[in-house]
Amino acid sequence: MTALVEMRNIKKHFGHVIALAGVSFDVHAGECHCLLGDNGAGKSTFIKIMSGVYQPTEGEVLVDGSPVVFDSPRAAMAAGIATVYQDLAMIPLMSVSRNFWMGREPEKGVWPLRTFDLAKADEITVAEMRRMGISLRGPDQAVGTLSGGERQTVAIARAVYFGAKVLILDEPTSALGVRQTANVLSTIDRVRKQGIGVVFITHNVRHALAVGDRFTVLNRGQTLGTAERGSVDAAALQDMMAGGQEMALLESSLGGTI
Amino acid sequence: MTDASPDVRRDERIKPVSPFRRALIRPELGGICGTILVFLLFAAIAGDSGMFAAEGVMNWTVVSAQFMVIAVGACLLMIAGEFDLSTGSMIGFAGVMMAILAIHFSLPLWLAIILTFAFCVLVGAVNGWLVIRTGLPSFIVTLAFLYILRGLTIWGAVYFTRQTIIGGLNEKTAGDWLAPLFGGKVLTGLFTWMGEAGWIATFTRGNRAGQPVIDGVPMLIVWAIVLVIFGHWLLTRTKFGNWIFASGGDAQAARYVGVPVNRVKILMFMLSAFCACVFATCQVMEFGSASADRGLLKEFEAIICVVIGGALLTGGYGSVIGAALGAIIFGVVQQGLFFANAESSLFRVFLGVILLTAVIMNTYIRRIITGER
Ligand SMILES: Nc1ncnc2c1ncn2[C@@H]1O[C@H](COP(=O)(O)OP(=O)(O)O)[C@@H](O)[C@H]1O
Ligand SMILES: [Mg+2]
Repeated sequence: MTALVEMRNIKKHFGHVIALAGVSFDVHAGECHCLLGDNGAGKSTFIKIMSGVYQPTEGEVLVDGSPVVFDSPRAAMAAGIATVYQDLAMIPLMSVSRNFWMGREPEKGVWPLRTFDLAKADEITVAEMRRMGISLRGPDQAVGTLSGGERQTVAIARAVYFGAKVLILDEPTSALGVRQTANVLSTIDRVRKQGIGVVFITHNVRHALAVGDRFTVLNRGQTLGTAERGSVDAAALQDMMAGGQEMALLESSLGGTI
Repeated sequence: MTDASPDVRRDERIKPVSPFRRALIRPELGGICGTILVFLLFAAIAGDSGMFAAEGVMNWTVVSAQFMVIAVGACLLMIAGEFDLSTGSMIGFAGVMMAILAIHFSLPLWLAIILTFAFCVLVGAVNGWLVIRTGLPSFIVTLAFLYILRGLTIWGAVYFTRQTIIGGLNEKTAGDWLAPLFGGKVLTGLFTWMGEAGWIATFTRGNRAGQPVIDGVPMLIVWAIVLVIFGHWLLTRTKFGNWIFASGGDAQAARYVGVPVNRVKILMFMLSAFCACVFATCQVMEFGSASADRGLLKEFEAIICVVIGGALLTGGYGSVIGAALGAIIFGVVQQGLFFANAESSLFRVFLGVILLTAVIMNTYIRRIITGER
């Protein structure tokens, strides 16, 4: 089976900073591929190349087996790659429905009296949110009144509704509490079951192990290979993230508490 | 986890919101309360001064309509996340440019009006373009234009005509096809009929004896109503309106999902300039003259109307209807104090108090909307 998206030997330099030094990665339909790494490892840079925000200094991006060049986020979106960024791209003062459709508002009527079809927008928003397991007070509820996890879910539901084949989530759980994290993880699971390939970025090994099918660890711009579910445990992943050695030392002095 | 049933999560800690509280969190609320309050107040202190007779009503309606015209532009621009401090100078500039073109260069009035509109809207676009390109706050960029345009206005008036007040436009209006759109009156028949029927007062002496004291609705009021309806429709009922909210709410977030934020903002700067031109043209037609000092402080008055109307200074939230109510409050207070024979300097005190109250109330309302965060 060809991968939905494959990244081959990606390098990215920012001036004299080498953010990525040859990283390969792929994601298949219906799987959740976790990209792990400590802060500054290059995870965000990597997925920004996948979503067309940056162009790689070197390396290839393949969609369904054929090479592509994304010169803008729009191009990546058109190829079915949707990204939910760390800062979510949600506007707290606007309603859930207006946020959901932002940039892709359905319209009705004829020009110049064409209007935003709010009734249709509201109806679909409520239905899609329900599918993701969130019951809204109403489609006009402001996003600002939602919890962090619910906001993540709105962003994910939006990406899925607009035909994402690959969904990239950049640290969706890093700012959430226990219960909200569980909600987001179960949303990821639901999305995966719909046949969408999920790229889940996190620095939390336990969150990754909860939903991941495969795991790729980034460390200082380099990858230490990809592991299948069942072939690694939390300790091994933790070790790879920190770069082996030092972590083992640290951990022994902390008595295995992290 | 893997077999999570699609149960619907509901946070039992979120209290159901009563319809009353829901009505409360509308941007127009402050404007509605304020309008009622102001009318009650002046009915009490100036009820027998003629303020609510036909002539008095027309007096404060015209003033309110003036504020409304520029408030619509300022409102949509503020919701899109920007300010235009050049509105007042633009009003002066547009009037003088029009007059110089029509009087000094002897262009037909309609051509002078069209050229003026085109140039001013272009200046609006330059304002917007500079804000986008430099990334500077629009406050600074348009402050520069506040001075540039005012300076050019005075210099131009003196250079071409050796005076700062340019008259003689009344003769040019006769027979012009475009001028009545700004200086004409509508519903004259209705007012004549109302005068005859004794519903409104008529002149008892002079050469206009028997004619009603109000002979029609000035086009300025028609412009105000049309702009308010158009602005409200655009903002709440169209895709572009959603983009206005999005651009002001969080420009970066809007860009991520493909909203053409730069285009939205530049268009709103152009609309603001257009509104200033409408104001200027109506005023020139009414007085038959242009003056280099017109429009002083109008940019702040427009912003005050918008803020009284419930818009947030930080952008992303507000209402055109609210701004229109803000304009009514402004107009009624300004003219009402005059009718009530109050010290006119008190107007400023009153204004400051209203402004402060409105901003405090808006901040509170925003906290409710965003869940006290
Ligand atoms: N635009 C940029 N210019 C220069 N350096 C950058 C830029 N973006 C990221 N970097 C650097 O690349 C490295 C990886 O950053 P990032 O991808 O954000 O890490 P992560 O998301 O894994 O925490 C960091 O050292 C960061 O300083
Ligand atoms: Mg990151």
